[in-house]
Amino acid sequence: MTRAQFEERFFGVLRRVVIAFLAVITVLPFYYMVLLSLKPIDALLLDPGSLWVSAKDFTVTTYRDVLRSADSGGQGFLKFLLNSALVSLGTVVLTLVAAVPGAYAVSRLKFFGHRQVSALFLAVYLFPATLLAVPLFVIFAKMGLSSSLVGLAIVYVAQTVPVSIYMLKNYLVTIPYSIEEAAALDGCSRLQTVRKVILPLALPSLMATGLYVFMIAWNEFLFALLFLAADPDKWTVSLGLAQLSNGIEVPKTVLMAGSVVLTIPVVLLFFAAERLLTEGLTSGADKS
Amino acid sequence: MTTAPAGAPERRDSGPRPADPSASSGRRPMTASRRANRAGLAFVSPTFLVVLVVVVLPIAWTVLLAFQDAKLVDIQGMGLFGNWSLDNFTQVFDSAGFWSSLGTTLLYTAGSTLGSVVLGLAAALALRKPFRGRGLLRAAMLLPYVAPVVAVAFVWEVALSPQYGVVNDWGRRLFGWDDPIAFLSTREYEVHLLGLHFEIPLALLTVIAFECWRYFPFAFLFILARLQAVPDGLEEAALVDGATPTQRFRHILLPQLMPVIALLCVLRFIMTFNKFDDVYLLTGGGAGTDVAAVRVYDFLTARYDVGAAAAQALVLAVSLMILLGCYFKFFGNKVQEES
Repeated sequence: MTRAQFEERFFGVLRRVVIAFLAVITVLPFYYMVLLSLKPIDALLLDPGSLWVSAKDFTVTTYRDVLRSADSGGQGFLKFLLNSALVSLGTVVLTLVAAVPGAYAVSRLKFFGHRQVSALFLAVYLFPATLLAVPLFVIFAKMGLSSSLVGLAIVYVAQTVPVSIYMLKNYLVTIPYSIEEAAALDGCSRLQTVRKVILPLALPSLMATGLYVFMIAWNEFLFALLFLAADPDKWTVSLGLAQLSNGIEVPKTVLMAGSVVLTIPVVLLFFAAERLLTEGLTSGADKS
Repeated sequence: MTTAPAGAPERRDSGPRPADPSASSGRRPMTASRRANRAGLAFVSPTFLVVLVVVVLPIAWTVLLAFQDAKLVDIQGMGLFGNWSLDNFTQVFDSAGFWSSLGTTLLYTAGSTLGSVVLGLAAALALRKPFRGRGLLRAAMLLPYVAPVVAVAFVWEVALSPQYGVVNDWGRRLFGWDDPIAFLSTREYEVHLLGLHFEIPLALLTVIAFECWRYFPFAFLFILARLQAVPDGLEEAALVDGATPTQRFRHILLPQLMPVIALLCVLRFIMTFNKFDDVYLLTGGGAGTDVAAVRVYDFLTARYDVGAAAAQALVLAVSLMILLGCYFKFFGNKVQEES
């Protein structure tokens, strides 16, 4: 066997092994999460290694526990879901409003410093979120925004605007300039051009960016912990789940049910628009 | 046609007159480049304002706070300036475990960055050619990246638990482990291999593994996108010349992928260096995993010592910048080519 033949065969096998390995490490943890959420805690303690739930153990009381409001003995996750949805959607809207004009300007207009601006925005990520957390914590405490969802949304906007500009810009530069010239010839002002021509054309990119921002806001934990920990009515799902795990009397199966509740919305959204998102994230990465 | 712009430079940018008051007021109309300049600045200013208020100003204030004696209780009445001191920094540098924490952070960051990029590269190479179920697997592989960190951290915690975790149960059944291993709370784990004794920082390694698992999809996405843009002809030519798979990878693919890999390494390094949630949720910073970001949080919430927290965060940011500075000095050209 020549070296080439040996390598072909070796890497052929290795490829299958890698694919199987990847499938196991990505799917198994999520399967395990759903599995545990569907069995009572006794069944878990009795046989921790089981990867199946028997028909007699099967239960959905864990979900009832998690979703019911605190008054009726549950954990009140419905309320947390609502809070998370409000904060995330608010963040998406505000971020897009702030990022679209900036991205348009960076991609189209030759203004003073247009080359540096997008790099400047991205420099935001050089500073740790914890560094921002300290002063924002103090400022919001001063302004009385320290345990409000509005304050949280503002912080998320600041965290997501730079990457949104970057993603939108990469898409906007692919729209031919002649389309804008045509609009200008027909008498559109700059603002009209953006609203009636550029935005409809950039819709896929807007959706991808919005989805990514939603994901970041929905999954965020540090700022929620810092700002909202004192006020259980305002907790987001992430924070509610983390606080749930600190409770002594909470069985792990209920914790897993909470994890499923937290994961499902963002995963459903992601699968609905997977292609859109992956292309939006990596556009520009395939150019050498 | 309603308007008929005169010159060629005018035509590039002919917004209607009413939108441009200075042009209609009798003075000489602005040149297209000046108008583009104005419009550009006008368009970018709302974005800039948001970033200024919520990012730049707070950072500037952190720098000030780091040099002041500030506790959370008396910060309400405090002015912006005053009480200058370097106490916070002496406190940070003298405090027990500062240097070891910085070392832990570096180890954690370097390990996670390297691991996630290598795993992402392997995944991209394995999924390069079509096979049945490829689309499904590709989507499934992004799960760790899109799922909320709190949820996946708890899944790991439960799965690795010594009492009811699936990993220890299977480990005992398949590999005959004598005692359950507490992955997330063991600082040093003794390993006997070929008559040698090793001490491995088990909790730290577990956290690094978590980080690799969570972020390899990110690297995978970028590398796969670049991989699919490599022209087929290059590899075919190498194949005709009799290059083996390793040679084709080393001499054809890797040079093409290098820019995106370098970019990914920088990005992941920055993100991981500042990472807080993952370590906090998994170990709470105990058992030898006290990365610097968790220490900042502890200063802030356990002692309400805003000044010390700010100083610690600042030291963290400065060390990151020094590291990045070194990187760009030595390897800067590659990344610059990419951007």
